Amino acid sequence: MTGIRPLTAPERVRRPRAGFSGLPPWLFLVAALGALFILLPLAAVVVRVDWSRFPELVTSESSIAALKLSLTTSAAATALCIVAGTPMALVLARSAFPGQQVLRALVLLPLVLPPVVGGIALLYTFGRQGLLGGTLRALGVEIAFSTTAVVLAQTFVALPFLVLSLEGALRSAGGRYEAVAATLGASPTTVLRRVTIPLVLPGLLSGAVLSFARALGEFGATLTFAGSLQGVTRTLPLEIYLQRETDPDAAVALSLVLVAVAVLVVGLAHRSSPPAFR
Amino acid sequence: MGFALQAAVRARRFDVALSMGDGETLAVLGPNGAGKSTLLALAAGLLRADAGSAELDGRSLFGPRSFLPPHRRGVCLLPQEPLLFPHLSVLDNVAFAPRSAGESRAASRASARGWLAEVEASELADKRPGQLSGGQAQRVAVARALAARPSLLLLDEPLASIDAAAAPGLRRMLRRVLAGRNAVIVTHDLLDALILADTVTVLEEGKVAEAGSTQSVVERPRSSFAAGLAGLNFVPGTSVPSGLVDAAGRRLEAVSETPLPAGVPAAAVFSPRAVSVFPAAPAGSPRNVLRVSVTDLEPHGEFVTVRAGHLSAEISTSAAAELDLGPGSEVWFTVKATAVTLYPL
Repeated sequence: MTGIRPLTAPERVRRPRAGFSGLPPWLFLVAALGALFILLPLAAVVVRVDWSRFPELVTSESSIAALKLSLTTSAAATALCIVAGTPMALVLARSAFPGQQVLRALVLLPLVLPPVVGGIALLYTFGRQGLLGGTLRALGVEIAFSTTAVVLAQTFVALPFLVLSLEGALRSAGGRYEAVAATLGASPTTVLRRVTIPLVLPGLLSGAVLSFARALGEFGATLTFAGSLQGVTRTLPLEIYLQRETDPDAAVALSLVLVAVAVLVVGLAHRSSPPAFR
Repeated sequence: MGFALQAAVRARRFDVALSMGDGETLAVLGPNGAGKSTLLALAAGLLRADAGSAELDGRSLFGPRSFLPPHRRGVCLLPQEPLLFPHLSVLDNVAFAPRSAGESRAASRASARGWLAEVEASELADKRPGQLSGGQAQRVAVARALAARPSLLLLDEPLASIDAAAAPGLRRMLRRVLAGRNAVIVTHDLLDALILADTVTVLEEGKVAEAGSTQSVVERPRSSFAAGLAGLNFVPGTSVPSGLVDAAGRRLEAVSETPLPAGVPAAAVFSPRAVSVFPAAPAGSPRNVLRVSVTDLEPHGEFVTVRAGHLSAEISTSAAAELDLGPGSEVWFTVKATAVTLYPL
């Protein structure tokens, strides 16, 4: 790839992106191995798909129900992430208070927590015997093992993605535009609505897309907190896991559907994050 | 009426008091880190003072127990970079302040067109900020600030990021729109102060080094920074009969504007053009003779500025070549006593 004399080789000068990379050639080999490690299993799924039965497998009643449930709950979870995560990202990025670092670490905990543990935590918060169980029952609300539980489990694991990505966008945008807007007479709410949010909209969108993707793939917390009830809590990942026992071909076909959705989502996230405004 | 501020920020070793009359423009000069930006941030409400107070047109901006938030101050900050909102058109940028004040979209756009005309940028209304040159963007930023109808306008080096060709036009426009307005303009450029401001305050290390009318600061600088800006040699010291003695014990003969008692702090000021440079001590000269070591040479056109520490001489390029000057050369600076002005500090 890059030669020893990348700057003097004339053919490199003509290519617009071919500056001096400074990377040793062997690094490209290791990087290629890493990429292969990710791409090969995806190719394995594609190879394993039984194409003659594919349409029939992905349109079965249980598959359609699972896909529908996955899409609606993930969309609801993404909306919740935006509503709850945007203020959190703003507070973390733009204010200073004692314990802020600790709070940030705790908010990001679901990123590293095993989802099963998250599910148990949610169960002991919103479940019948949970922390808020009595209060919720008094209000006539039953959350555990319902579609609401699916949405909560997905929100729990996906929220850090939105907070992280939006906080990054807020930090790189800086607070200078907001300062100018304030001296122009705009109240804090006006500044937020007319300056801050429009400026970080690309970051907000890519955070939302990532949250959606994470919610779509949620398995452990959902199973623990919401169970696996067809049409109610059995999302696509749960359906795949279940089918794997009885009909491996169906599991593979549905996996491909999720791979396709994931590729779409990653593509969208890349498109919606252009270079930051200067 | 007018603007008065007295404030201390301990973490930045900032302790400044200044005031200006109604409709006056104040230029704030000073080296980097002197506290110029701190001053603007305090006035705009982007920074809280540890102690002090400020008043604008009889209203308190902040005091020991009060603090008016930036959006209620009527103080508008024009930062060094124009910082136009990239997601809004030029017209909507200028309409931002009226819109934030509650005007309808149509009314705010109408007044924005008026302000764009005021800064001679009407044709830019439909452009995006990314399509503007530096000078155009700064014009639009001025229009956006004026549209807020501020009681006090703060300009942070408005011409620093503008290319040389666009600066004169922008300076003319600023002179026109700043006339009769309360404004504080931070600048590195004495020309800006002369053209745009009524009074000058020089900050050094977070303190006011000198303050006065622009003309008096240029003609009789009281700080080495202001003297440097005015292009003058500045030697502080203690007065003696017919001259002064500086901290290094060198004696300078000088002409005092008013009779000066001996032993008071004074400054001797002279133009670099009044200085002659000799390779050896001139014998029997009636002039002031200073032995110096050359630190730097700055050619400009037919002349060369010979710097020796904080003193400088301006001689012809041919004379400099004849003297074979370079950094480290030991030479004698001479200047007639009649070319040196002495005044008390």
